[in-house]
Amino acid sequence: MAINIVIFGSLTDITGSTLQLENIADTNALVSELNNRYPVLVNSKFMIAVNKKMIDTNTPLNNNDTIALLPPFSGG
Amino acid sequence: MDKQISYERYHRQLILKDFGEAAQQKLLQTKVLVIGAGGLGCPALQYLTAAGVGTIGIADDDIVSLSNLHRQVLYGVNDIGKAKAETATIKLKQLNPEINFHIHHFRITNDNAVEIIKQYEIIIDGSDNFATRYLVNDACVLLDKTLVYGAVSQYEGQVAVFNHKSHSDSPAVNYRDLFPVPPGKNEILNCAEAGVLGVLPGIIGSMMANETIKLITGTGKPLVNSLLTYDSRNNQLFEIELLPKQETRSLIPADIETFNNNNYEELCAADSSFEIDTAIFSELLESENIIVVDVREKDEVPLVNEFAHVKIPLSRLTEFTGEFKAETIVLFCQSGKRSLQGAKQLSAVLDKDQKIFSLKDGIVKWKQQKQQV
Repeated sequence: MAINIVIFGSLTDITGSTLQLENIADTNALVSELNNRYPVLVNSKFMIAVNKKMIDTNTPLNNNDTIALLPPFSGG
Repeated sequence: MDKQISYERYHRQLILKDFGEAAQQKLLQTKVLVIGAGGLGCPALQYLTAAGVGTIGIADDDIVSLSNLHRQVLYGVNDIGKAKAETATIKLKQLNPEINFHIHHFRITNDNAVEIIKQYEIIIDGSDNFATRYLVNDACVLLDKTLVYGAVSQYEGQVAVFNHKSHSDSPAVNYRDLFPVPPGKNEILNCAEAGVLGVLPGIIGSMMANETIKLITGTGKPLVNSLLTYDSRNNQLFEIELLPKQETRSLIPADIETFNNNNYEELCAADSSFEIDTAIFSELLESENIIVVDVREKDEVPLVNEFAHVKIPLSRLTEFTGEFKAETIVLFCQSGKRSLQGAKQLSAVLDKDQKIFSLKDGIVKWKQQKQQV
């Protein structure tokens, strides 16, 4: 089972702009896996969307799901 | 009574299918406030003026500088040193003298936000800092105003329509549903630090004007409860459906009076403005008029019996804001992360005269150091 992760804004400096991960059961597991791989990420705020829908609770992930990580932008 | 429309000026949009005279009348009768006459504000202002939005407010306290010109296309070299709000108005009047402009040549703060925002129907946020963005969001929620949001970072931009009550019963999403509290100052760079290519705010600002025109005239499908991101490097668009969250309302000041007393600059201040070390923490414990709060979940160890404190888990902290009447409020947790988050949440809702601190590195470190002394 593989999931695709699309990363936006300043987070790409840490993770690159796309990632593919295997065997991730849910969004909580995804966040801890990312924090393990990229410890700097712990200090970053971002919103998570699964298949283009924002989530606000732990959400199970399925094969081929697309997860977006979006940090806030302030520039104008 | 309907006002007279210049048929020649608006001819190309009047003949558009699903637009016509009714849409033009709606534009003419709407009042829009543009906050920030910078990279996003300039193109938004130009298109709204050209399209015939009847009343346009421009709020900006800044003056034009040379490094603005690559993206703030309303200004020229002769405008350097002049006030943006006024200069923009002069240029825009040349474009369309039929528009009624209001100049607000000052920074939007909690002292003036409510007074200004309530005069308009749609608010466009083209500001360049988190303090203003959270302030404008909260004011729009309290005053029930539609907020057209846009922001840029390096090669990417975001656009959304917040707090818009559409005909359907779905609740309106606001900025805090996405990002409940502002990031620390060191976490996100602004344009001055991170850089931006001038065309990008041009595109995003034009999209903001487009969303505004769609909202006013009822044409198309505006980005209500939806966030669009645009990457100028590869032209990728990504649209995300947004959700309202229950806990968001507790982060927004309960009423206008609380809002007026809120300090948004402080809310967006660096983490260090909340954090205290173990020595200061021990000193504060001796002081009067203080409340100490353990924000860990119940049953977390180590237990603390060295000093008086109350236990309220972080997840429920804002439910108890009424309890925090002391002059100084000190939060602690295991490692100092949750208490920092809690301190920021409290600083958004409590009286600005109250001092709120978080024990840096947490209670474990404090206990270790106490043993060493």
